[in-house]
Amino acid sequence: MSSIGTGYDLSASQFSPDGRVFQVEYAMKAVENSGTVIGLRGTDGIILAAEKLIMSKLHENTTNKRIFNIDRHIGMAFSGLIADARQIVEIARKEASNYRNQYGSSIPLKYLNDRVSMYMHAYTLYSAVRPFGCSVILASYQDDEPNMFLIDPSGVSYGYFGCATGKAKQSAKTEIEKLKLGQLSCKELVKEAAKIVYLVHDELKDKNFELELSWICKDSGGLHVKVPESVYADAEKAAKQAMEADSESDTEDM
Amino acid sequence: MSSGFTNFAAQNGPDDWRDAAHSTGTSIMAAEFDGGVVIGADSRTTTGAYIANRVADKLTKITDHIYCCRSGSAADTQAIADIVAYHLNFHGMELGEEPLVEVGAAIFKELCYNYRDSLMAGILVAGWDKKKGGQVYSIPIGGMCVRQEVSIGGSGSSYVYGYVDANFKPGMSKEDCVKFVSNTLALAMSRDGSSGGVVRIGIITEKGIERRVILGNELPKFYEG
Repeated sequence: MSSIGTGYDLSASQFSPDGRVFQVEYAMKAVENSGTVIGLRGTDGIILAAEKLIMSKLHENTTNKRIFNIDRHIGMAFSGLIADARQIVEIARKEASNYRNQYGSSIPLKYLNDRVSMYMHAYTLYSAVRPFGCSVILASYQDDEPNMFLIDPSGVSYGYFGCATGKAKQSAKTEIEKLKLGQLSCKELVKEAAKIVYLVHDELKDKNFELELSWICKDSGGLHVKVPESVYADAEKAAKQAMEADSESDTEDM
Repeated sequence: MSSGFTNFAAQNGPDDWRDAAHSTGTSIMAAEFDGGVVIGADSRTTTGAYIANRVADKLTKITDHIYCCRSGSAADTQAIADIVAYHLNFHGMELGEEPLVEVGAAIFKELCYNYRDSLMAGILVAGWDKKKGGQVYSIPIGGMCVRQEVSIGGSGSSYVYGYVDANFKPGMSKEDCVKFVSNTLALAMSRDGSSGGVVRIGIITEKGIERRVILGNELPKFYEG
C-alpha cells in the first residue's frame, strides 16, 4: 500500500506522472465495495436489479433503497455510497423537472445522461471537492425504445444492452453475456436478472441481502415502477430454484 | 415609434399613420394533412391604414422542419421568432437531432405567456417531426398553447371560421390541403381590409419545406356581390 499514490493522490485536481488521477480511482474502489447492481435491456423495456446488502438485522427492510425514480419514465440504480448517490438522484430529478418546465415534454435519456455525466465529471476537476463514490445506471423507455447508460465516478458514460457495477460486476457481466439480450422480453428478463443477483451474491462474506427489482417497459405503461408483487415472487422463486439446482449439480460432481 | 395598439385612438389625426406601429393585420392559417402540414399567409403589412409592405413574408423559419405564421405586431413577432430560433437551434445541437415541434411551441408559449402584458402576438407554430408527424400549435394573445388539426389566425380569420369548419377534413392529400388553405385565405383576404396581396404557402413534410406563391391575379375567385 505504501507505494500507492506517493503524494499524487491528495487532490482530484492533480495528475500523477504516469497520467492518472488517483482520487478518481479510489472513488471506483468505493463502488467496488458495495452490492452488485445490474441493468438488462430487453426488446420492450429495461430491468434494473440490485443486491442491497443488509448490514444489520435491526434495519427495517425496504429502507435505503438502491433504485430511484428520476421521472415518470426514467429509473436510476446505483452502487457505491448511498449519500453520494442521493445527491446524483436529486440533480437528475431537477434536470428532468426543469426540462419538462422549459420544453413541455419529457426529457430524452440521452440528454439527461449528458447532463448528469457532466455534473459527475466536474467533481473530478477541482482540489476543493472529491469525486462521487458511486456509479449510476440510468434507464428509460421512451417512444417504444429502451435505453440504458452507466456513469462512472470519472464522469465517463456508455450506453449498454446489459451492464453491471458493484462488488461482483465481473461475474455478473459474464452471466449477462450469456443472455440473448436482443431477443428477450422484460417478462423473461426479470427472472434472469433475479438469478444473476442471487448467483453472484457471496454468501460467505455478506450474509443477508434484499433483492430489488424494477422495470420500465410496455407492460408498466412506459413508467418506471417496482415490478409487481407476483412477478417479484416468481422471479425470486426461480432464482432460488436455480441456486438449489446449481448446488445439487455441484454435489453430484463430487 | 409607439409600441402598442392602444395608442392609436389617442392620436387619431390625419397624420396618425406616420408613427403608428407596423402590424400584420393578417390572415394566417395552418392545417395538418397526411404526411405533413400546409401553412399559409397573406402578404400585407400595415401602418395604420397605410400598406407598408404588400409582399411581406409572414411564414418565418425556426428550424428546417418548424415554421411559424406571425400575426400582431411585426416587431414583437419577429423578435420572438428570432429568440425561439436561437433557443431551438441550441437545443437541437445539444440533443444531436432535430427538435420536436411541440418543444418549439413550448418555447414560443413560454415567451408569449411571460411577456403577455407587453406583447401583441398571435402565432401559429407548425412543422414536422419523426415522433408525431405534421403538427399545428396555436398560441393566441395571452400565451395559451393548444394543438389543433387546423388553425386560423389574424384579423381576417373571423370571416372564414365557417368555411374552415365546413371544408376541413382530417387526413387530406397534400394538393387537397393546399387548395383548402389557398381558398380559405383568398376568402379571408377579400373580406378583410387589413389582409391582402399575394398568398404565400409552405408545405412542410419529412423532406423539408416546399414554398409556393399565388399572385393577386391568380387567386381563386368567389362571389364578390
